[in-house]
Amino acid sequence: MAQEPGTEAQGAAVHTGHPTPFTYFKVAMILSAITAVEVGIFYIEDLGKWIIPILVVLSAAKFALVAMFYMHLRYDSRIFTGMFVGGITLAISVTLAILGLFQFFV
Amino acid sequence: MAEATAAIHGEHEETSTGLNNRKLLMWAFLGSDCMFFASLIATYVVYQGKSLKGPFPEDVFSIPITSVSTFVLLMSSMSMVLAYAALRQGSVKSFRIWIFSTAILGMTFLGFQVFEFRDFVHEGLTLKTNLFGTTFFTLTGFHGAHVTLGVIWLLSLGFHSFKGGITPDNHLDVDLAALYWHFVDVVWIIIFTVVYLFGVFPGIN
Repeated sequence: MAQEPGTEAQGAAVHTGHPTPFTYFKVAMILSAITAVEVGIFYIEDLGKWIIPILVVLSAAKFALVAMFYMHLRYDSRIFTGMFVGGITLAISVTLAILGLFQFFV
Repeated sequence: MAEATAAIHGEHEETSTGLNNRKLLMWAFLGSDCMFFASLIATYVVYQGKSLKGPFPEDVFSIPITSVSTFVLLMSSMSMVLAYAALRQGSVKSFRIWIFSTAILGMTFLGFQVFEFRDFVHEGLTLKTNLFGTTFFTLTGFHGAHVTLGVIWLLSLGFHSFKGGITPDNHLDVDLAALYWHFVDVVWIIIFTVVYLFGVFPGIN
């Protein structure tokens, strides 16, 4: 079979199909549960500054769940993942640059 | 292999990447929009705690109310993906139910935001009051504008389906709107944590 343009990219896009509605529902419940945990942790004052890494991890988990399952990055072409992750990487760089510029870490 | 992919998704494209150019453009836009919101969030964080006069975040934020609006937006993401799934399975009727549910949930979120903004103004916080007001309203205002645009998009897709404009064959139109909608959801996930939870936690400020 002759290789056509884009075949390699399509190969990367091969997946097992989209999730079922029940999977979407389960993801929604997990997202709701994580949000509830975030709000619950918020009221624990003893955590002090430890709340920052905890909440960052929890919101990153929510972000990843939505991107992977609802935006279908887990099932779609890796090129799309690359474009989005590239944007996020640049966004984090922009954030760190601005914070550094204004001596936020000092 | 390529044929198998096309059979599953009906998305085989005669392009150099083998991917649909409209979808590729949408992902490029979302990637660039990440940087836009990152600059707004970074500006908010830089000026956090530097306002010389109130109201301050702890004076105006209501975490329980914002938690409910966050939950509403998360549920809208679920209904959006169910609308897309229904269309792919050929059920235009279910698609309409879910797409209008998503739009209603989006409008509910906007209602919460309008209520919140109105409440803040009554507390004396405006765009010009202090650094907190300027950065907060700019960030959440732009997010609200994104949600508003998304609601208009969803409603137009829903009404377009009554004229036969949305069918399982052109599900990509819905896919693009869904990607945009989920993006505003993930941006809110970050805003909720960084602006609201970090903003008023007594152990941080």
